[in-house]
Amino acid sequence: MDGLFTLIVSYLRQLARQSVHVYRKDMLVEWRSPSRFLGVLFFAFALIFMVAFASNTTDVMRRQAGGSIWIGLLLASTRSLDQSFAAEMEHGALEGQVLWPVAPPAIFFGKAFANASILFVVGLVLTPFALALFDVTPRGSLLELGAFLFFGSTALAAPGTLLTAITSQARGSSVLLPLLMFPLVVPILMAAAKGTSLVLLPDVMDQSTAWLVALIVFNVIHWPLSALLFGPVVEGGTH
Amino acid sequence: MKSFKWENAVGVFALLLFAVAQYMALFTAPAERHMSEVVRILFVHVPAAWIALVTFTLAFIGATGFLITGRRGLDWFVEASTEVGVVMTTLLITLGSLFAKPTWNVWWVWEPRLTSTATMLLSFVGILVLRSTVRDADRRAVFSAAATILSFVNVPIVYFSVRWWVTVHQIQSSPATVDPDMVFVLRANAFAFLFIAIWMIAKRWRIAKMRGLAETAPPLPPEVTA
Repeated sequence: MDGLFTLIVSYLRQLARQSVHVYRKDMLVEWRSPSRFLGVLFFAFALIFMVAFASNTTDVMRRQAGGSIWIGLLLASTRSLDQSFAAEMEHGALEGQVLWPVAPPAIFFGKAFANASILFVVGLVLTPFALALFDVTPRGSLLELGAFLFFGSTALAAPGTLLTAITSQARGSSVLLPLLMFPLVVPILMAAAKGTSLVLLPDVMDQSTAWLVALIVFNVIHWPLSALLFGPVVEGGTH
Repeated sequence: MKSFKWENAVGVFALLLFAVAQYMALFTAPAERHMSEVVRILFVHVPAAWIALVTFTLAFIGATGFLITGRRGLDWFVEASTEVGVVMTTLLITLGSLFAKPTWNVWWVWEPRLTSTATMLLSFVGILVLRSTVRDADRRAVFSAAATILSFVNVPIVYFSVRWWVTVHQIQSSPATVDPDMVFVLRANAFAFLFIAIWMIAKRWRIAKMRGLAETAPPLPPEVTA
């Protein structure tokens, strides 16, 4: 029994160490050439602008501020995810990692958390700009707003990373990714948008915590499930 | 002589049962006190909903089985049951919309049950599109199995949405809350839909199998193709 426990602990340690290495690699690539981050950020800015132009009154803009931030982040995430795997597909880099050998769940955790980090930072930069543009002063705590941005980003990144691993190996990946990802993340988007709106606007029924819990539950479901499925997807479908 | 296929017997039985169940739904079942005759749509809307969830659950089981065993037959089963599930969900949404207009006075409401059902449909349509874009049979099987398992997360959300959130859509009925005359007709229609789904899945599985075998078959010698 002790032997099994030691084996599990040693596997988890190795998984954590490899995940951190993959995460550092992705973040280092981004740090040296932050083209993806800047591209995604300006794409999200442009989307917020478009939503503001499409809204007819300031009152409507205020009420849809939370939803607009998440629409911006969701659409921006598809660009970010697409690019994160485009680099891996060049010269068989992903295949090289699998053969090294890095455990596929470690590649998943590293890449997904890197994607979540980029999305979270985009959200942190985008939100004050959106609040100023939509003339909204948050009624709830900024910590709670940050929690929605963090857990919303991680909840989008987990299934997004797995689905990008799939679509990057298929024809027409830029169309396929939104087609597969958007319906799947509707519950996540709904929880993030509703919760963020409740932090920005008066939350008379104190419902924001329930939406935050829902987001955490989506994370608990999607992270292990996507990590498990990532192995067969990157190992090329052979048994 | 063509060999007899068991699913054809199921199909004949399903269509006969469907005809009888529809006759009962339209002529012998009582009208509802408040909604009157329009309630008869529920005798097809509710079975379509049940069978849609059952077929997506079968696709999930097939996908999990494929990833564990790698048996090609399970991949064909995922393709067949996903496609039948998409047909059933489209039917479910169309019939629900027809029922909503006279009862709710709208064709569509953005409330949790309807929204989650629409997103479930779109996510499984996405899997069918994914299958059509991947040429390599091994990769296609693995990708669609992974996407099916991930999309299945939406199925319990659809089922429990009426209990987790305040919705316009009513919560699940039980024999205790439905008139006994209606319960029997509803069950007859549900079994008719179930046998139709089995028939369609079996037929679709055979087509997927033939396509799969043709894909992996060695090329014909030049003297045959010339």
